[in-house]
Amino acid sequence: MRKLMFLLRKEFRQIRRDKFMARAIIAVPLLQMLILVPAVTFEMKHIDLAIADHDHSPASRELISRLTGSSFFRVCATPENYSQADDLLLAGDADMALIIPDDFSEGLAGAVNPPRLQVMIDAVNATTAQLGWSYLASIVRDYNRDVIMSTGAAPSSIPGISVSPRFWYNPTLNYKYYMLPGILVILITAIGLMMCGLNLVREKEIGTSEQINVTPVKKWELITSKVIPFFIIGLFDLSLGLTIGWIVFNIPFEGSLLLFFACSAIFLVAVLGLALFLSTLASTMQQFLYVAFFFIMIFILMSGIFTPTESMPLWAQQFNWVNPVAYLMRINRMVMLKGSGFNDIARDMGMLAVLAFTFITFAIRAYRKRA
Amino acid sequence: MKKFMAFVKKEFQHIFRDYRTLIILFGLPAAQILIFGYAVRTDLTNAGIAVLDNAHDVVSAELITRLDASEFFHIKYFLNTYDEIDPAFKKGKIKAVIIFPDDFAERLTREGNATVSIIADGSEGNNANLVTGYTTAILNDYSAGLTKQLTSAMPVIIPEVRMYFNPNLQSHFMFIPGIITLILILISALMTSVTIVREKEFGTMEVLLVSPLKPWQIILGKVAPYFFLSLVNVIVILLMAWFVFDLPVKGSISLLIAECMLYILLGLSIGILISASVEKIMNAIFISALGLMLPTLLLSGFIFPIENMPKIYDYVSLFLPPRWFVEIIRSIMIKGAGFGYVWKGTLILAAMTLFFMLLSARKFKVRLGEGGK
Repeated sequence: MRKLMFLLRKEFRQIRRDKFMARAIIAVPLLQMLILVPAVTFEMKHIDLAIADHDHSPASRELISRLTGSSFFRVCATPENYSQADDLLLAGDADMALIIPDDFSEGLAGAVNPPRLQVMIDAVNATTAQLGWSYLASIVRDYNRDVIMSTGAAPSSIPGISVSPRFWYNPTLNYKYYMLPGILVILITAIGLMMCGLNLVREKEIGTSEQINVTPVKKWELITSKVIPFFIIGLFDLSLGLTIGWIVFNIPFEGSLLLFFACSAIFLVAVLGLALFLSTLASTMQQFLYVAFFFIMIFILMSGIFTPTESMPLWAQQFNWVNPVAYLMRINRMVMLKGSGFNDIARDMGMLAVLAFTFITFAIRAYRKRA
Repeated sequence: MKKFMAFVKKEFQHIFRDYRTLIILFGLPAAQILIFGYAVRTDLTNAGIAVLDNAHDVVSAELITRLDASEFFHIKYFLNTYDEIDPAFKKGKIKAVIIFPDDFAERLTREGNATVSIIADGSEGNNANLVTGYTTAILNDYSAGLTKQLTSAMPVIIPEVRMYFNPNLQSHFMFIPGIITLILILISALMTSVTIVREKEFGTMEVLLVSPLKPWQIILGKVAPYFFLSLVNVIVILLMAWFVFDLPVKGSISLLIAECMLYILLGLSIGILISASVEKIMNAIFISALGLMLPTLLLSGFIFPIENMPKIYDYVSLFLPPRWFVEIIRSIMIKGAGFGYVWKGTLILAAMTLFFMLLSARKFKVRLGEGGK
């Protein structure tokens, strides 16, 4: 035990002495919270719409003014014809183009040809395209309804269902609230996996681990002394990140702080176990970097931080059974925003503990201290 | 020249000997493409919802069937009271609750307007938005059908929509250009800087410097294999995109490759600059990760569209290479745009490359001078 204390003191001293490391411990959470949180948003501000009006009638003007009146569309160009609209989409100057044919108002007044509209959408970003299309369609539908009503038809002859949405736990759908719990997970994953792993591999690469190997220090003492500093750094950075979220972004915290930190601590054990395991596979920092990057990338992308997990195929959803990031991400959102209690997250927390235990056991078995 | 070739050969051997790095180098883009192509989707399907049906009439029953039958939702719970909503959300199994008021069908037929309430879980903001959008679309569909039955004489506007460039609305169209950008920066800037800094940290750089090779030859020799590797990787990604996802390059392939080469040069010159500025591998890694990887992931519009972000990000991204490159690649690959549409971005990238090359050349001379003392 005394040996462990000496080793720990040595590790902390080394970290403190390493200016770059000391700076990174403060700078990484600051940068991640302040830069990442406002940036990761799918919230659409507006769509650039090009309108070609061939009809030039009161009806077409009314429709256009309704489109411009919605905060969603911004008319960016008025092309003369189809091929100009096409060009705008190709150059990326417009997201959507609406073409009102010259017989639009006649059709609306009851001519043989029904009124038609042509909509061209740049669908490279499928989600934006879909949402833009549904907004446009609903504006056109409302307009159509009003036109029909103005002819004196009874309202019951054009039944419509309106939708009144409410958003619980985050009534204004503030993306920062929604993303911040996930960013905290990314933060401690990056800190735990990268810093701890690189530190371990570095000793290997510059040869100092051999010097430790010839000392009478036991394997468990060595591992504990290497892992504990980063466990503490991880929890420290988590508190720092949470404080920033609280002060700068005013994020609410509904649930229990203790539960939150307990889950993150279990998660850190899993991540540090993984770092330890990967460090046994790599012999240079460069190799470790790629392997770690690979795992972080996959864990984060599959976890549901940015995209819904329900849309993923079954095998991908099953992968999340062994993905610690997925568990903690879910737990954080539920505890921070919804105030879920221990009973609500017990299953996820239990699975996280099982993963942590498995990872650390594997890592300790794989770690060789050669004399 | 012969000495130089021998040096380049040695560098190639160094890289190919390290099979672990090679596996990652080619495994990483392959895995990313598979994940983005098959697993990760930005839209929502098969989301769990709950229904609170106070109406229990024909219309609400019909709508519930439609909601459940759509690919977007499956109904997990039928709730009986309002109080059951909060516990259901707290368990985290459902994304939204859809509530039909008790006189739903009657209002619809008599007054022509009835309201469905949706309570969505705002802690997953994006999903909440999507659920609301999908539900609205399904309900609108239903009422449009009713309107058609009732008012066949009325003129109903028919909007005809055409989804350009991506008719099946697949999310990987967004991602593949982003993956190319990410991998190119990873190999050309990060790997290069780490290999050169490694020689410095281990002191082997001095050994190289006293060799008959000139400093620029050493740098060129170090960099050449990575240029080659990057290019091979681009081709692998393009082939995978084509054969696995049926996403061929729509525009000119030679233009695409030329743009990639330009970007690799840019990455390499940034890599050399980094390696000239730091002494330790760890520092090179952190600078590359924060200064290159993060902007590539965030400010290139690869996952999160830049136009949605606060304005300042938009301005900052104008000074960063990935934003321009992703746009160029996307235009050529997916939209099939020619050089006429991408010349501006190309010019900016070329200027950036020149800038970084000059800067790193200067910086390196100073360093080497010090090393000689």
